[in-house]
Amino acid sequence: MKYAYYPGCSLHSTGIEYEISTQCVAKRMGVQLQEIPDWNCCGASAGHTTNHMLGLALPARNLAIAEKLGLDVMAPCASCFSRMKHAELAVKKSQETRKKIADLTEMDYEGKIGVKSALEVFVKDAGLETVKSLVSKSLGGMKVAAYYGCLLVRPVGVGIDDTENPMLMDDLVNALGGEAVDWAFKTECCGAALATAQPKVGLKLIYDILSNAKAAGAEAIVTACPLCMVNLDMRQSDVNDKTDAKFDIPVFYFTELMGMAFGEKPDKVGAGKHFVNTAGVLAKYNLK
Amino acid sequence: MQPINLTTALAAGKVLMEKVEKASGVDVKACYQCGKCSAGCPVAFAMDYTPRQVMRMFQLGLMEELLKTRTIWLCAQCETCSARCPRNLEPAKVMEALRIEAKKAGYEADSEIATFNEKFLRSVGANGRLYEAGLIVGFNMATVQPFKDAGSAPAMLAKGKLKLFPSKIKGTDVIRRMYEKALKMEGEQ
Repeated sequence: MKYAYYPGCSLHSTGIEYEISTQCVAKRMGVQLQEIPDWNCCGASAGHTTNHMLGLALPARNLAIAEKLGLDVMAPCASCFSRMKHAELAVKKSQETRKKIADLTEMDYEGKIGVKSALEVFVKDAGLETVKSLVSKSLGGMKVAAYYGCLLVRPVGVGIDDTENPMLMDDLVNALGGEAVDWAFKTECCGAALATAQPKVGLKLIYDILSNAKAAGAEAIVTACPLCMVNLDMRQSDVNDKTDAKFDIPVFYFTELMGMAFGEKPDKVGAGKHFVNTAGVLAKYNLK
Repeated sequence: MQPINLTTALAAGKVLMEKVEKASGVDVKACYQCGKCSAGCPVAFAMDYTPRQVMRMFQLGLMEELLKTRTIWLCAQCETCSARCPRNLEPAKVMEALRIEAKKAGYEADSEIATFNEKFLRSVGANGRLYEAGLIVGFNMATVQPFKDAGSAPAMLAKGKLKLFPSKIKGTDVIRRMYEKALKMEGEQ
């Protein structure tokens, strides 16, 4: 199993733990990754809400390079995945769009290869049985709220799981020996860049998600998106400062939980790089 | 809001209505105003017009008013409205197309969000990749809040999450030409 790997900008900066843990888990699961040479930013939301064709061409250039390698792309970041999937579908749907994109990217992406999220690759393609066979240190019943956010599940046709009650990450948590809690905010929006551009609006969304996870008895939240991570983890102290809340909920990437359940030390998967301290919950479940 | 003559509004809004319907691929006329979009919208509480109201204003031809709303900037593109619409319309795509038209017409009802997006794309245009530290500093300077989020910077650096210099790709020339051509294509539409 081999994929062209698209880290995206976040995995080389704020989401460095996602990069470290993805590489670690891929190796353990026998998934080979070849980084897309000279990849560029997918444009995220800023691209497609500013200029329609730019929003398609930026991710399409990466798909075109991967097509030359003859490999499907694996993109861990939910936003990168979504933007690349939009470009893939647009090219497959219309020859006219394909030509316009080729003009912009100076490369012809024919739609022969496609993109998958890391969650799909590890849980659907490599499969839960492989995951289970690698678990050497069960999560020991850790209560985890699986948070999907928006771009992994919406819009219909682009997302990889049910739009209202996705279960891919819940099933994964359970396979790792954790206990996925039942909660209502698994696909609510974290506000993305609103926490930066309009903090009053953004922080309310983050507050609501953290509140619901806490009410459901979650001891940790697991995510597959680096921007969700920044909002729920780094901005948790902002939420505490600006409201009466006293949240102290560690947030992990699903790949970190996988790595640790596979017996890797927390530092080996980047679990010490979060803002909300993860040591307490890891000690409780003997994942030191 | 000023009194509006609905008879003339529809005629006046026609050109832009067709343009936005084509760009978004959404037949806004088919909206039957159930309000499910507004009910699920996580940002509706902060909007001047809810998604359902945006759809209704569109049907009435109040396009100039729509381009001036904060709603189209506050929309986080979470796509909840699109996923839940019983008519299979995609309000999020309408918001996106309206925002593009608003920018062209020179309306930026939320200058912070507009500035953030502009700085984001400028960073990608210059380097081929987003330089996050540069984006935050540029955004803070442009919106005159130099110390916003500065408290997180030392911890980010210590955790290896903040780069001191941008990483530049080899294909920056391609990206630069891509921006120019995409801008031209949009202007022609």
